[in-house]
Amino acid sequence: MKTWNLVIDSAKCTNCNNCVVATLDENLGNAFEGYSKPGAANLKVLDVERRVRGSGSMVDVQFLPKMCNHCADAPCVKAADGAIRQRADGIVLIDPVKAIGRRDLVDACPYGMIVWNEEQNVPQAWNFDAHLLDQGWDAPRCVQSCPTDALTVVHATDQEMRTKVVADRLSVLRPELETGPRVYYKNASRFFDQFIGGNVTRVGADGVENVAGAEVVLTRDGAVLSETRTDDFGDFIFDDLPNGSGGYAVNVSCPECADEVVTIKSELSESIVLNVTLSAA
Amino acid sequence: MKKKMLSLLLVALPKGMRLVAKINPAFREHLCRSNATVQVRLTDNSAAHYFTIEDGKIRDGRGLHPKADVDVAFLNAGVALSFLKPSPDPADVVHFVKNYQVEMSGDDALTVWFATLVKKVVSGMWKQGTKMPDGCVRFTTNTNGGPLFVYVKDGKIVRTAPIDFDDSDAESWSIDARGRTFTPKRQSTVNSHALSLKSVVYSDRRVKYPMKRVDFDPNGERNRQNRGKSGYERISWDEALDIIANEIRRQKATYGPGSITTLHGAHHQMGNIGYWLSALMRFSNILGASMMSFSPISWEGWYWGAQHHYGNSMRLGLPGAYGTMEDCLKECEMIVFWSSDPEATSGLYGGGEGSQRRLWAKDLDIDFVHIDPHYNATAQAFGGKWLPVRPTTDSALAHAIMYVWITEDLYDKAFIDKCTTGFDEWRDHILGKDDGVPKTPAWQESETGIAAKDVVSLARKWASKKTYLSAGGLGVGFGGACRAATGQQWARNMVLLMTMQGWGKPGVNFGNLQCGAPVDLAQYFPGYAEGGISGELTKTAAAVHNYVRMPHVLTVNPVEQRVPSSFAPEAVTQGKTGAYDWDGFSMEAQFRLRPFPAPGHPNIHMIYQYGGSSFGTTMDSSRRVAMYRDPSIDLVVSQSIWDEGEAQFADIILPACTVVERADISEVSGCAAFAHHNQTQMNHRMVVMQHKCIEPLWESKSDYRIFADILTRLGFGAMYTEGCDELDWCKRIFDSSDMVNYTSWAKLLKKGYVVTPPQSPDARDNVYMRWLHEGKKKNVPEPHPLPGGHSGNFLEGLQTQSGKIEFLPNSLKRGDPDNPERPVLNRYIPAWEGRQSCGAYPLQLVSGHPRYSFHTHMDGKGSSINAIADHRVSIDGYAYWVVRMNSRDAEERGLAQRDLVKVYNDRAGVICALDVSPLVARGSIKTYESSAEFDFIEDADGKILDRGGCINLLTPSRTQAKNTTSIAPNSCLVEIEKWTGIWGQSDENVESGDRFSQVHELQ
Repeated sequence: MKTWNLVIDSAKCTNCNNCVVATLDENLGNAFEGYSKPGAANLKVLDVERRVRGSGSMVDVQFLPKMCNHCADAPCVKAADGAIRQRADGIVLIDPVKAIGRRDLVDACPYGMIVWNEEQNVPQAWNFDAHLLDQGWDAPRCVQSCPTDALTVVHATDQEMRTKVVADRLSVLRPELETGPRVYYKNASRFFDQFIGGNVTRVGADGVENVAGAEVVLTRDGAVLSETRTDDFGDFIFDDLPNGSGGYAVNVSCPECADEVVTIKSELSESIVLNVTLSAA
Repeated sequence: MKKKMLSLLLVALPKGMRLVAKINPAFREHLCRSNATVQVRLTDNSAAHYFTIEDGKIRDGRGLHPKADVDVAFLNAGVALSFLKPSPDPADVVHFVKNYQVEMSGDDALTVWFATLVKKVVSGMWKQGTKMPDGCVRFTTNTNGGPLFVYVKDGKIVRTAPIDFDDSDAESWSIDARGRTFTPKRQSTVNSHALSLKSVVYSDRRVKYPMKRVDFDPNGERNRQNRGKSGYERISWDEALDIIANEIRRQKATYGPGSITTLHGAHHQMGNIGYWLSALMRFSNILGASMMSFSPISWEGWYWGAQHHYGNSMRLGLPGAYGTMEDCLKECEMIVFWSSDPEATSGLYGGGEGSQRRLWAKDLDIDFVHIDPHYNATAQAFGGKWLPVRPTTDSALAHAIMYVWITEDLYDKAFIDKCTTGFDEWRDHILGKDDGVPKTPAWQESETGIAAKDVVSLARKWASKKTYLSAGGLGVGFGGACRAATGQQWARNMVLLMTMQGWGKPGVNFGNLQCGAPVDLAQYFPGYAEGGISGELTKTAAAVHNYVRMPHVLTVNPVEQRVPSSFAPEAVTQGKTGAYDWDGFSMEAQFRLRPFPAPGHPNIHMIYQYGGSSFGTTMDSSRRVAMYRDPSIDLVVSQSIWDEGEAQFADIILPACTVVERADISEVSGCAAFAHHNQTQMNHRMVVMQHKCIEPLWESKSDYRIFADILTRLGFGAMYTEGCDELDWCKRIFDSSDMVNYTSWAKLLKKGYVVTPPQSPDARDNVYMRWLHEGKKKNVPEPHPLPGGHSGNFLEGLQTQSGKIEFLPNSLKRGDPDNPERPVLNRYIPAWEGRQSCGAYPLQLVSGHPRYSFHTHMDGKGSSINAIADHRVSIDGYAYWVVRMNSRDAEERGLAQRDLVKVYNDRAGVICALDVSPLVARGSIKTYESSAEFDFIEDADGKILDRGGCINLLTPSRTQAKNTTSIAPNSCLVEIEKWTGIWGQSDENVESGDRFSQVHELQ
């Protein structure tokens, strides 16, 4: 049996919000019998979250569209006494009639992806636009309207999906909950991890100058973790460092300069931007 | 013989019409709308026949009728037979009418009705849209954010969605570069504002009925001072049209020609018919109104500055982009985005097309650098080195880059020698030989905030890598730093930087992959700037194609007077102003000042406002409040779809309908004129039928119908309509284009769009400026400069006096030699409102073109884009505009994420929601312009406090430099503080905005 899965490539998401607005459009003023009641004005069942890292002129931004995960082992289904069901194709549907008045179901989703529609007196979530798939559409609105294919749909067996997860290095949100999400993410590590970066300078004949091509080594608890060189602007970056990890030191060297070692004492609760000034050897 | 045929035809006609009425519902419906006797005859009365139509029944008789309502007289039988064909040649019809070979007289309304009825014989049978399995009919439309399928069921829009191409649509192009093949998505991608269409169509902020201000009495007290204060009451269409028609007659009789002005925003709903350049211009011309004159807003630095160095006046001073996409993908190693945020502006009408290609650039490891006070949407999406320059100081940075190139010998000397003039003098200025100030990286540091070391690194990298310069949203100009006091300096420097690196070499050009796709530009379809149905030859680009291809009646406006767009309030409140006109035919045209009032013309006494919400888009826009309330203005009409912005100042509000409630036709991203070949932003050229998907809601009418109804009351109806409704005009536009070679009218109506094939790989456009670099004749399809605008032989060299790129422009030496604010030598002059003039207002505000709306289109009014967290933020149920501030600046002021703040200066205050992050340079504030909401209160001095988000209340109305008419919104100093007041009961001496609730109750 094939199920519907969504794969989101964070590296391709430009924060255009077409997925958000297309989904609002689909539900605005439309009741789909057996699937959903009309959406409330600008009540989002799908949204794009932003994460900003860094400081000074070394910053970056990641965007992560989030929606109902259509979990294989969905906590909401268990909590709903039949008001939420999972179809054989994996889609988790909140029954628009049985769920009337069930405000409690908003709290049943550990991802916070069920919203309360006050106008219709029902909880709602992104239902994969099941009514469209059942009519023969090959993708939900958020996928069809994505200009960069950051969102793609995969209709596959669980076995095929497991293979793809490994091959494409896909992850899910909060795997520790073990709910088996069918919404997968690619290149999302920057949304959760930290970086240690910086700029390397020295004093030259005309004053302070960037040092391009300096060798930079990241160690953790004394062991070499990664090596890189500064770019044309004297910048370096070590990315994908787990949030809360520690024991890092950065060693910078270039031929005419004395080595500089910067020890990062605290654990990484945010990304770190270093200014490293080298002196003559 | 012909007379006999005519007699037979006239006898057969009523029989045919009865038959048509049975099978053609549109004809039948139109037939039943009026009762009239129409008489058709030859001028000498040698043949005559009349038809009496009553309650849908047709009677007829030979000979003249004693009391015909409409009389149609043909010069001879030949003319009559040509005219009465089911689909007469429009060129014949225009010819017959212009030469009095056909004369229609009688009641104007009935004449228009009858002429339209005749058209319905054919057009009434046209089938539109595609039936879907679920019972929907799938129509199409086009928007400023791209084309859409519109699914309609039971007369109601179910959804709108981007158009995916099917196998029968033309193939896509592919580009081979660096061992990879790139081909675009098989979809015409759109912006989120396009997808919000349904939400604004059904918005409860629609103007539903004609409305009259409660204390406005056209025959008594008009209470002009209460505009924007008092509420409204519903009136009938007849009453509204009578008030307007009577006032038009009174205006002309009282003041003489030109006291009525038609004002409008810069843009409208996409289309060739409903656009202001089309339906409104036709109306204004036939009426004899003072239209608005435009300055090249959004492009000013290029128009008033950059073009003097190299020409391209017809393109507003912007570079072309032909062939650059393939060149960039194949050759380029680095793109420098300088005040350039294509992800925010979508280029211009580019949907999501450019985003795909910039992802390809990342795949090819092309380095990105972003020079901008904001780590902007493009930087956020794709990353890259950020140089957070202080607003308005970019030119100092540009000079220092050139300093490094000159002192380290890192520029293209051969190109300078061969293709430029004046370099030595320029070089000496950069080196400080003329003024003793070498423009070193250290020199610029205190001004720009960019460390000298980073300037050196950038300059060296730029010179060592094949680099594209992306200047402005399109990459070839548009928006950003060109809209500041230093905007001209900046745009001029962009051209000079590229010149020093050998503009046109492989991998060295302007762009960011937004433009220059290998679509086939040889196939003609009019862009909106060609004037559509306007019949206006001189103020549109109609003369180039449209008038030749689509015969229609010319509508010359007898009123020469123009109201300058930037100084409309001054024209009204002071009665005297003037502006330098936008005129691209030559570089010298911009030196001509057009005074207001025009000689012999009266001041303005009636404002006819066409849609929009200009409080969000015109500088220091509190001026508009005074304009509307000026005692000299006898009547303000607002023809508006929504109750927004301007509408609240009108005496009469006319409910217009949206584009999905009327017919139109357009090409995606098709502008023409100054944005010639703008379609190279699109991955596929595509012409879209804009179906009338649903009936006009409530009592709204199409813009075209409203204009026709007003003019019919004045007897100009037949002249305005040429007997056509909008769908007939769509057909005429389609027939005028090369799209007839790719589809039929019937197919277009059914499917809704046509895609044209790309250029074949062997016949792609040459790369822009390559011809200059290689010493060839110009070899890209850019039809300017005008033949006489060449200095040398045709197609040789540039538009400048020397035919070369001029570091010290001859056109400025001739036209404006001693202007300290626009010197011939492009020296760095700090902004008159900028870092060096900070006092009580220490923050520099930058307000770019909006990302999630198109100008004011689709913003506010319950639109679903209000839900986008980066656009508006809902706090206590009110959707506030977002301003972005550096974390440390916020901390110093005790401000936090999502605080409500007051952004203010001496001009006004605007309440916004705060976004705090390190993504904005210290001392800078980033927001967008173009709020459609103007929700204000005013203090005793008339100072405005707005919570709608009209940032332009804060910006200066001063022109960038004297002898130009160039806006400078990005030179704007403000302070920001926490807003803790309660709206409506905040400060003393403040009037509450009760009238909003009044308006809504009445609707």
